[in-house]
Amino acid sequence: MSETSVIDQETHDAIDVDRSKGDFSYPENHKFDAGVGLTEATVDYICDVKSDPDWVREFRHKALKTFWDKPNPTHWASKELDEIDFDKIRYYLSDGARPKRSWDDVPDEIKETFERLGVPEQERAFLAGVEAQYDSEAAYSNVKEELEKDGVIFVNSAEGLKEHEEIFRPWFGKVIPTGDNKYSALNSAVFSGGSFIYIPKGLKVKHPLQAYFRINSENFGQFERTLIIADEGSELMYMEGCTAPKFETSTLHSAVVELVAMKGAKIQYVTVQNWSSNVFNLVTKRGIAHEDAEIRWIDCNIGSGLTMKYPGVVMKGERARGEVISIALANTGQSQDTGAKMIHAADNTTSNVVSKSISVGEGRSTYRGQVHIPKHLKGCKNNTECDALLINANSCTDTYPAITVRGNKHVTQHEASVSQVSEDMLYYMQQRGISEGAAMSLAVNGFINDLAQEFPMEYSVELKRLIELEMEGSVG
Amino acid sequence: MSLIINDLHAGIEDMPILKGLNLEIPKGEVHAIMGPNGSGKSTLSKVITGHDTYEVASGSVTMDGEDLLEMEVDERSREGVFLAFQYPAEVPGVSNANFIRAAMEARQPEGEELDAVAFYKNLYAKMDILDMDRKFTSRAVNEGFSGGEKKRNEILQMMMLEPKYCILDETDSGLDIDALKIVARGVNAMRTTERGFLVITHYQRLLDYIQPDVVHVMADGKIVKSGGKELALELEASGYDFLKADDLVGA
Repeated sequence: MSETSVIDQETHDAIDVDRSKGDFSYPENHKFDAGVGLTEATVDYICDVKSDPDWVREFRHKALKTFWDKPNPTHWASKELDEIDFDKIRYYLSDGARPKRSWDDVPDEIKETFERLGVPEQERAFLAGVEAQYDSEAAYSNVKEELEKDGVIFVNSAEGLKEHEEIFRPWFGKVIPTGDNKYSALNSAVFSGGSFIYIPKGLKVKHPLQAYFRINSENFGQFERTLIIADEGSELMYMEGCTAPKFETSTLHSAVVELVAMKGAKIQYVTVQNWSSNVFNLVTKRGIAHEDAEIRWIDCNIGSGLTMKYPGVVMKGERARGEVISIALANTGQSQDTGAKMIHAADNTTSNVVSKSISVGEGRSTYRGQVHIPKHLKGCKNNTECDALLINANSCTDTYPAITVRGNKHVTQHEASVSQVSEDMLYYMQQRGISEGAAMSLAVNGFINDLAQEFPMEYSVELKRLIELEMEGSVG
Repeated sequence: MSLIINDLHAGIEDMPILKGLNLEIPKGEVHAIMGPNGSGKSTLSKVITGHDTYEVASGSVTMDGEDLLEMEVDERSREGVFLAFQYPAEVPGVSNANFIRAAMEARQPEGEELDAVAFYKNLYAKMDILDMDRKFTSRAVNEGFSGGEKKRNEILQMMMLEPKYCILDETDSGLDIDALKIVARGVNAMRTTERGFLVITHYQRLLDYIQPDVVHVMADGKIVKSGGKELALELEASGYDFLKADDLVGA
C-alpha cells in the first residue's frame, strides 16, 4: 500500500488484491544472458544465440533503428512511460534448451512454477495444446497429436520462422509494421518466444490452444511475438495467461501479436492478464480479417502497473467482422489504458466494441477507441459501448472515443456510461448479511456479468475468482 | 428474549434525531410504530441495523442480550435482524436468486455448502405464497421493478433469511390494496412465538392486515404514547393533534 493513499486501511484491505498465486520466484539459472541495456551488440547476441537466418537479423537491426528514432507516445497516456529505463533492462534470458514436449522433461523449477499456476492441469482438462514461456523462451510446447496429424502447426516463433518460413514470412510484420509504435519496434528488434500457429483450410479446432507467459527474473523485458494464421474456413480459439512475481524494480512486457483470418475463417483470442503491479504491459495486437472472416479479441486486464493495449481488427474483405470485448480492473497504483481499433477497409463490414472498466481506490481506467470508416465504402456498421464502474470517490475513468466515419451509407452508434457501487447498494447488501468484501465482488461481478459469459467456461470461472480475490482482500 | 432499545440518542453529526428512545419488542409480538413525518421512525430502523451515516451518542440496542451496536451491519443481519427497506437499492447484473443465495451462503457454517436443490425448492415455495412469477429469480435485484414488486421482493428475502426480528419500514407505501394483502400474507405466515416484528407505518390501513399487539406513537425522536391496536384507529380518526396537548403519556 502506498503511503500517499487517501483511502483508509479498512477499505484498502477490503479491496486489495491477493496476488499470492503468482507472487513467487525461483533463483535464476540462465545459460544465455544478453546483459543489461540495448545496443546493436544486444541484437546480434540474440541473433547468434537463436541462430536467426540473415533476413531476421536484418529485420531486427532495422527495427532497432526505428525504435531509437521513435518517441514515446507521451501525448497519449502517461508520463509513467518515461520511468522505463531501457538501459537497465535485460533483453534476453534463457537456459538455451529447446522447449520440451513432456512436462517430465521440463526442469523441475520451471515445471513447479507452471504447476503452481495450474497450467498442466488445465492442459489435461480442456486444452488442445499448450505453450509455456519462461522469461525469454518457451520451456514447454505441446499440441495434441490428432491436431498435428490434421496439419495444425503450433510452435514457438523461432521454430516458426525457421521451419515454416514459406507460411510465416509473408505475414510476419505485415499486420503490425515495425514502425507502428515505439514498442512494436522494440519488440521487432529483440523478440523471442511467443507462438506461431497455422490452422489448415476448413479445420475447426474444437478445444482452445493456450499459451502461458511467465516472467521469473527481475529487471527483465519479455518480448514475445505471436503470429496466428487461420486458413480459409478454419476456426480457432487461442487463450493466453500472464503472471509475474512482484519485484522491487519494474519489468517490461512488450508483445506483438498478429492474427490473419483468411476467407471465412474465425479466430477468437482470449487474454487474462494478471501481471504483478510493477510490470509495464505495452502490447500491440491486431488482426486482418479477409472476406467473411471474423476476429474477436476477448481481453481481460486485471494486473500490471500500466497497461497500454488497443487490440485492433482491419476488416479487409467484404462482410468481415471485428469484435473487441474487454474488461479492465484498475486498483490503487494501477493504470489500465485499453481500448480498440476498428479499421473498416471493405464494404458491409461490421465491428463491435464492448468495454467495461472498474476503477478501485485510486486506480485509473481509460478507454481509447478508434473506429475508421472511409468515404468510398458502403454498408459498414459499428457499435461501441463503454461502461465504467467506480468504486470509491478517488478512482478515475476517462473515455476517448474517436469515430471517423466518412460517407453516409453507414451505421454507427456509441454509448457510454459511468456508475458507482453506491453506499446505499453496499448497505443494502450488508443488511442481508453479506460482508463488505463479498458485497463489492458481487457488485463487480454483476457489472461484468454479461461480458464474463463471453469467456470460455474455465476462464470465466477463473475471472470471477480473480475478481473475488481482488475485492475480498484480507477480509475474506 | 427481546429486542431492547434503551435511552437511545442518535443522529447525523451534530443533529440529534433520536432523543432518548425506549422500546422493547419481545419475541412473538408485533409492534407498530406510527408518527408524523420527521419524527425519526426511519432513522430508528437505520440505527438498529447499523447504517454508518448515523452516530449513536448514548444508549443501547440489544437483541436477546447481545449488544447490536458493537457489530458491523452484516454481522447484525446474520445475528438475526432484518430490515425490509422503504426504498430497496438496485444491484445491476446480480440475479435475485444469486443475491438471496449469497445472503444465505453468508450464514453457512465454515466449509459447508448450501444445497442448491433445497434452496430453489424453498425459494419457489416462498415465491408462491407471495404470488411471484418464477421469472423473478433471474431478474437483476430490484432493477426495473415496480414499487409493488420491490416490496414483495423484500418480504421474499425476509422469508428466506428467517430472521429473529423483522423491521418493516413503510412497507405499505406505494402499494395498492391487492399488493398490500399479499405482503401481509407473507408477514403473517412468518408470525411465530420465536419472532418479533417492528412495523413502521404512516397509515392504519396496513394494521388491518397485520394485526399489531402493541402500537407506539413516535414524535420528536421518542415514543410518546403506547397502547393496543385501538390506538391506531384513534390516530386514524383524530390525527396527531393530541401531540400538541400537554397530557402526553411517556412510554
